[in-house]
Amino acid sequence: MKLHRTLVTCLATTLSAAALAGCGGSDDGDSSGSGPVDLSYWAWAPGMEAVVDLWNEANPEIQVTVREQAAGDDLVTRTITAAQAGEAPDLVQAEYQAIPTLVSNDVLADISGELGDEVAEAFAPGVWQQVTLGGEAVYAVPQDSGPMMFYYRQDLFEEFGLEVPTTWDEFADTARALREADPNRYLTTFSANDAGLFAGLAQEAGAQWWTTEGDTWRVAIDDEATRRVADFWGGLVAEDVISNEPMYTPAWNQALNDGSQIAWVSAVWAPGTLTTAAPDTEGLWAMAPLPQWNAGDNATGSWGGSTTAVTNDSEHRAAAVEFATWLNTDPEALAALVTEGGVYPAATAAQTGDALAEPPAYFANQPDFYALAAEIATGTAPAAWGPNVNVAYATFNDAFGQAAESRGDFAAALTTMQQATVEDMESHGFQVAR
Amino acid sequence: MSGTRRQAYGARRRAPYAFLAPAAVLFLLFFALPIGYAIWLSLHRIEVQGLGLGSGARSEVWAGLANYADALSDSELLASAGRVLGYGLIVIPVMLGLALLFALLLDAERVRGRRFGRLVIFLPYAVPGVIAGMLWGFLYLPSVSPLHYLLDRFGLPAPDLLAGGPLYVAMANIAVWGGTGFNMIVIYTSLRAIPAEIYEAARLDGCSQAQIALRIKIPMVAPALVLTFFFSVIATLQVFNEPTTLRPLTNSIPTTWSPMMKVYQDAFRGGDIHAAAATAVVIAVITLALSFGFLRVANSRNRQEEAGR
Repeated sequence: MKLHRTLVTCLATTLSAAALAGCGGSDDGDSSGSGPVDLSYWAWAPGMEAVVDLWNEANPEIQVTVREQAAGDDLVTRTITAAQAGEAPDLVQAEYQAIPTLVSNDVLADISGELGDEVAEAFAPGVWQQVTLGGEAVYAVPQDSGPMMFYYRQDLFEEFGLEVPTTWDEFADTARALREADPNRYLTTFSANDAGLFAGLAQEAGAQWWTTEGDTWRVAIDDEATRRVADFWGGLVAEDVISNEPMYTPAWNQALNDGSQIAWVSAVWAPGTLTTAAPDTEGLWAMAPLPQWNAGDNATGSWGGSTTAVTNDSEHRAAAVEFATWLNTDPEALAALVTEGGVYPAATAAQTGDALAEPPAYFANQPDFYALAAEIATGTAPAAWGPNVNVAYATFNDAFGQAAESRGDFAAALTTMQQATVEDMESHGFQVAR
Repeated sequence: MSGTRRQAYGARRRAPYAFLAPAAVLFLLFFALPIGYAIWLSLHRIEVQGLGLGSGARSEVWAGLANYADALSDSELLASAGRVLGYGLIVIPVMLGLALLFALLLDAERVRGRRFGRLVIFLPYAVPGVIAGMLWGFLYLPSVSPLHYLLDRFGLPAPDLLAGGPLYVAMANIAVWGGTGFNMIVIYTSLRAIPAEIYEAARLDGCSQAQIALRIKIPMVAPALVLTFFFSVIATLQVFNEPTTLRPLTNSIPTTWSPMMKVYQDAFRGGDIHAAAATAVVIAVITLALSFGFLRVANSRNRQEEAGR
């Protein structure tokens, strides 16, 4: 099986190299009769088809077909199932935190052999580390990233005489001051329905949830840094100075739209969400760096962001890697990703590129939006993911949902999350350091 | 001569099997096989070597009954069963009570707009559970609900329908709204099958409409009531759509609110298809035991009544 795969890969490499060398402007070089290579690509980024069309026009020998199967976690499940049946697509969009899960299920190919050395240079080290899992192998090419920021209603901050918080202590004071000024408003909410936000906040504080030592995993979800974050938010919820309602509900949309909530701790993609959630407040929001634990730092976490990965089922690994490299490092492709899909590219050069010269339409009042974003992104803390992020996230939803609802003990919820994650790993035979 | 007779005899003997074959094949392919596979899965588990990264790090090994032991000792599963029990205790009596009431009303003499009434009561059944969940979810959310708006206008306290005890009522309400129509049709059809002579006889004996309903109609539709109860129990045990759609709207519905959600969670979010298969088998066995146990009790009672007559 393995031999067969290697053989196929070698063959594919040779063929596509020959095709590349041979085509050089005309199609007649391809006399092998194999025709163009067809690659299937499962992705959910909006506008991806338009970007892929650019590639298909320029590369008749490697044709890529985008299939919108599902998004996020659902796509991970679907890809794993497809891989078990030997039917996984050639390429798949995968979020950073899903990579260890996919690698552990033997879905993703190690593409370090096919990938050019210069590709790693295009990305920030903290981003690149997430696709190598800290080893020699490379499992994906980063596509977009989600550095976290603080979004607030500029007009209402002025109205209530609030300062934009630069530290979390100031953030807490701002939340209290607003409640005193107007008991019908909250600064923001702690939502238990998206663990990605909490994970990003923990990264900012310096958390490394999964690390390895030799053949042993170390799970540190309830480490000091994360505990600090949990206690901080738990305290604010218990004090009733921030709301405990979940995000992404019609009620939440309304709260953002009518000013019942006047700030949102979010990531660089927030303008897109705000456009649909709070359409009436366009131009009233502003973006600032995330509050810091130590005054004067420039740290932030990541919320969201994804990669392009090649699967083991792909019979054209070299072609797939070539496409993934183009999609995520080529200036033309990146510009198209920004304009067509509104993604925030992970490639550092593109973050200050022409495509991002203009602020998002919703933030037309903040012309330096992307310049500020690029500056914030330089402080992105590295993230460390493990093979059962899904279990940890699901436990987060339940344990923190309960804690938020009862305005109860966030530290206990964190302990539950740690224990459930470790127990799940141990029950599958992972060696976990206690 | 005898040869053709034997042939004809053989063909006749084979004929039933030929007629049965399509059903048998479908049953084997789409029923027995998946169940067999689920049982096979439930007896295995994934074992990881080392860090569990890369090829060959995962292998499927025999687990015996370990998955079942885990499922049965899982406090989450027990808690979800408890929640569904509480939910079922509201849904089933209210839904069947209303269905019976509506059926009797529609069947009563001198009712106008019978067709229209039947359609209107039945219509919610045609709304998919997910849509119903979303629809009601919007009505339950205080800041967007017209209900809360009205209560607020009149200065009345608005309950939080998506937390604590009211959550069960809110969830049950969706099921009652959606299920009453179907059950009503079943009971109503059975009511229409009662011969008119019986009513005539009852009226001659001086029965009022209410007495006819209580003494004649309800006992006569008992088999339909048993059937609808049977369906409702199964539907309640499998409740999944409504809580799943309401879940993102509130902190109060965990991902494992009902046993089916727990199975889904294990299989598709936790990626542990083996544990999920074991839990699914446990739920199937309990459902079977409950339904057939109930049918047996109902049947034996019917038989006793018939014997007593």
